[in-house]
Amino acid sequence: MGMTMTQKILAAHAGLKSVEAGQLIEAKLDLVLGNDITSPVAIHEMDKMKVDGVFDKDKIALVPDHFVPNKDIKSAEHCKCVREFAKKNDITNYFEVGQMGIEHALLPEKGLTVAGDVIIGADSHTCTYGAVGAFSTGVGSTDMAAGMATGMAWFKVPSAIKFVLKNKPAKWVSGKDIILHIIGKIGVDGALYKSMEFTGDGIQYLTMDDRFTIANMAIEAGGKNGIFPVDDLCLKYISEHSNRKPVVYEADADAVYDEVIEIDLATLRPTVAYPHLPENTKTIDDSVKDDIKIDQVVIGSCTNGRMDDLRIAASILKGKKVAAGMRLIVIPGTQQIYLDAMEEGLIRTFVEAGGVVSTPTCGPCLGGYMGILAENERCVSTTNRNFVGRMGHISSEIYLASPAVAAASAIAGRIADPETV
Amino acid sequence: MENAHGKVIKYGDNVDTDVIIPARYLNSSDPSELATHCMEDLDKDFLSKMKPGDIMVAEKNFGCGSSREHAPIAIKACGISCVIAETFARIFYRNAINIGLPIIECPKAVAGIDNGDEVSIDFDSGIIKNITKGTSFKGQPFPEFMQKIIDAEGLVNYINSK
Repeated sequence: MGMTMTQKILAAHAGLKSVEAGQLIEAKLDLVLGNDITSPVAIHEMDKMKVDGVFDKDKIALVPDHFVPNKDIKSAEHCKCVREFAKKNDITNYFEVGQMGIEHALLPEKGLTVAGDVIIGADSHTCTYGAVGAFSTGVGSTDMAAGMATGMAWFKVPSAIKFVLKNKPAKWVSGKDIILHIIGKIGVDGALYKSMEFTGDGIQYLTMDDRFTIANMAIEAGGKNGIFPVDDLCLKYISEHSNRKPVVYEADADAVYDEVIEIDLATLRPTVAYPHLPENTKTIDDSVKDDIKIDQVVIGSCTNGRMDDLRIAASILKGKKVAAGMRLIVIPGTQQIYLDAMEEGLIRTFVEAGGVVSTPTCGPCLGGYMGILAENERCVSTTNRNFVGRMGHISSEIYLASPAVAAASAIAGRIADPETV
Repeated sequence: MENAHGKVIKYGDNVDTDVIIPARYLNSSDPSELATHCMEDLDKDFLSKMKPGDIMVAEKNFGCGSSREHAPIAIKACGISCVIAETFARIFYRNAINIGLPIIECPKAVAGIDNGDEVSIDFDSGIIKNITKGTSFKGQPFPEFMQKIIDAEGLVNYINSK
């Protein structure tokens, strides 16, 4: 019986010729990731293990990014715990303020994630690295601790849903619109425990940043991982960012899928997810008719804080002003993206439009800091979750959208079609 | 393993980790502190109405969202003895097993249990008894490998015992 791309990567890392869905395996890890919220719990758990240090100081990435630069004393203590652990264990890939970025924007940029890898991270959006053809999935802190100690993790081999992306998307339709459309179609548990394997001729029209956005939100459909085939664009990205050699796996022609879903990208419209679930999607056309007034716009996060995202937002905001009373917060994903955006003049565009530009942080996405919402306030956000209370008060509302829709909405003061501003 | 016995507090679909423990409290990783904010954004009366030993029941996709282990830690630390759901989000499922919070997937039990019912659970057999209604259900058994982690009361002890 043929294997999916995910199953092939897992089989190779478990030292097995083949695996099948439902099989429990132990796999070797190429990278173990943690942040400032999850790592302290993992470090505490690792202290309880009878082990002598970490399995490989080069294969652990510690990225304080959620409440960094430290938002309060308790957060500062967490970051100090991670910093001291990194120092004690001589962790190669510890990223201090000044070098850090939002973890899932940072690690591919630093070349730490390449095709064929098996990666676990104590952050649910670790599934992002499927964009470069890796198996990567989110776990909790105890799994992270076990991974750091042993270099191994147990997995139940997932079955898969195959998404065949066809044709070329229209001008304002981005990776974000594609994944929101998919989540709207299959629901927030539509891929529960499963791989989401993206294929089809439409992939050639997707930039790497589009693919990162799509893989990033596999978890919002309940998926274990999201993964893309490794094409020339992907290999070019990897060779430009990493010295490591990618290992390319392809799904077998007779691989078994639970379901095959075709998506005609040419028919998609910019898509908005309404409160309080990412599956509550509407097209921009229906959303504009709802005439939803907005108080704040956030452009950033591990989902949409990359160069493509900032470029498209800036192209809409250039020479324009945000609506009166609008708070526009722009967060480049990494220090490199920040610098590139500065050199391209994007930062100037955002500030002149009346926005603020922050240092890289997850801050507002999870209601940490840097843009918390008050009672009944509404935000259009390029982030990934719109759960109750996610960005602040439990009565506040989050509308998830692409950077283009977010930028257009910042100008209009209400959810707007980028075509019309 | 010890049986659970208590009153049921029941919720619906897609109870996410942001309502189980809002991120504004994640500047702490102290279980007893996290417990004081458990379920706060979904049910502000949760802590005043629950008693240690009570059982949480929910519908589909319990624990969706973030990988924060703080979510099962908060539920365990406030004294919930077991969570029964139709389905669990996969990271929450792993985390609960890894930290030793008993969880059971059993759609029939969820359908047959109402808020406030008195329920007892035998973890060894997976039998869930609804004492209020006089009915019983059998939960999905864990795969052998996971049962070993559960028997060791978590992944840390399991690794130490290997």
